[in-house]
Amino acid sequence: MSELRQEAEAIAEQFSDHLDVAPDDVEERLETLVNEYRVPLDEASRSVTNSYLEDAGMERDELGRGGSESVLVNDIDEDEQWVDLRVKLVDLWEPRSDSISQVGLLGDESGTIKFVAFETSDLPELDEGACYELSNVVTDEYEGSYSVKLNRTTQITEIDETIEVGDNADTVEGALVDIQSGSGLIKRCPEDDCTRVLQNGRCSEHGQVEGEFDLRIKGVLDDGETVTEVIFDREATEDLTGMTLEEAKDMAMDALDTTVVAEEMADDVLGRYYRVTGPTFRRYVLVDEMEEPGKVDTESALIEARSI
Amino acid sequence: MSQSAPSREVARRVFATEFNDAGFTFTESDDERAPVYALLPTGESANRVFFVGTLTEKEDVGEDSEYWRGRIVDPTGTFFVYAGQYQPEAASKLRELDAPAYVAVVGKPRTYETDDGTVRVSVRPESITEVDAATRDRWVVETANRTIERVAAFDDGNEYARMAREEYDIDPETYKAAALSALEDLDEADGDELADGGAADGDTSGGSAADEPAETPDL
Repeated sequence: MSELRQEAEAIAEQFSDHLDVAPDDVEERLETLVNEYRVPLDEASRSVTNSYLEDAGMERDELGRGGSESVLVNDIDEDEQWVDLRVKLVDLWEPRSDSISQVGLLGDESGTIKFVAFETSDLPELDEGACYELSNVVTDEYEGSYSVKLNRTTQITEIDETIEVGDNADTVEGALVDIQSGSGLIKRCPEDDCTRVLQNGRCSEHGQVEGEFDLRIKGVLDDGETVTEVIFDREATEDLTGMTLEEAKDMAMDALDTTVVAEEMADDVLGRYYRVTGPTFRRYVLVDEMEEPGKVDTESALIEARSI
Repeated sequence: MSQSAPSREVARRVFATEFNDAGFTFTESDDERAPVYALLPTGESANRVFFVGTLTEKEDVGEDSEYWRGRIVDPTGTFFVYAGQYQPEAASKLRELDAPAYVAVVGKPRTYETDDGTVRVSVRPESITEVDAATRDRWVVETANRTIERVAAFDDGNEYARMAREEYDIDPETYKAAALSALEDLDEADGDELADGGAADGDTSGGSAADEPAETPDL
């Protein structure tokens, strides 16, 4: 089947509940635009869809993408996709605009995602803590962060079950190519709820304080295509390097210098491959689990390489 | 030790044979601090590289102050690494290491022109660490795959491929062949290990993974 024909059938399918649209007619209209007027297919498809919308007196957002896909919130990585979700309403925020009826956080086992519902969509209100099946929501992207928008075609079904909300865990693999400053043996501010890392014995909030020692590695994993910054907390750092906080303190004491700790750690971990899993926080992956990928399977690599 | 974050340059995976041919460099803006890229002949830009190989020789070639040169060998050729007073950690690593040893290097491509006009490509290391054979093998596999992928994507739709076609007179398929042969050698060396298993008289045909200071056979 030609690409044009596929697109034509997809468009006809979208209108099947509203209009009597024959795939042949759609195909003919697409053909005219694409072959005679040299319009790119996606633009042609958009224009044809719009004209049918007008015929039916419908708004674009009333059009389901003919059976949207059921997804987990942390798997959403594309703008303007029609998806179905099974989620718990984790948090409601104060809308900042009159056009927004509800805004907050939805979660499923993969993690959480922001949602927005608009006044114009006339949807029933969602309750905090309740779980729902939401069909026909649209994904949205802003500066690399994804959210979903509810719209007038969104179907909301409250479900009687508890959804455990996950922590947006990501897994990344690559070579550890850098250990950044602020790694190794560090001191944190002891004030309640502060925990900022001290610079030359000073906390940027509380000034000169008697810091508490901690271990941390801020590293960069690089797979040759993308770089990911990862943070190993004390437990993960001890696990990664085999050096405990006490040993690190002794080492720094002997050298009268805390930087020897990071240097020693760099020796053990830089240039090695790791696979880490953990929740994402801003641009960092906070390492919960770490494994070394071990021996590479050269035979399957060779078969794969020959097939490229 | 570190660089400011979101714009950090990725470390490309490239074998020595291709790296040493990447003598053309360019920047993407007129800003005097704009990052410098080496143009890989397979059609990719490289501001940073990561490689793992065998340090076979090291020498202090400095006159007034220490300036270390290391030769690091992969299945296709030799990387030349230079570290002086501005790379103190890498320089002291080269001073301390005993060749042969498997090392992992993160560094920046640098070019210089010799008196006869040939352009040499070398590496200014950000870090050098001693690693094990498994890490080396993983790098060979990864680098072979990345190289073959670049060759497969080498067409005029790719701006660096166009640039490579203009600047170099080299068929990218050469690097695909080198990558495949690196993988084949690795696979064979693997097979040898299995065949040897138990029998402690290791030395089969030399050549293979023999650059490792392997376990001494029982005498």
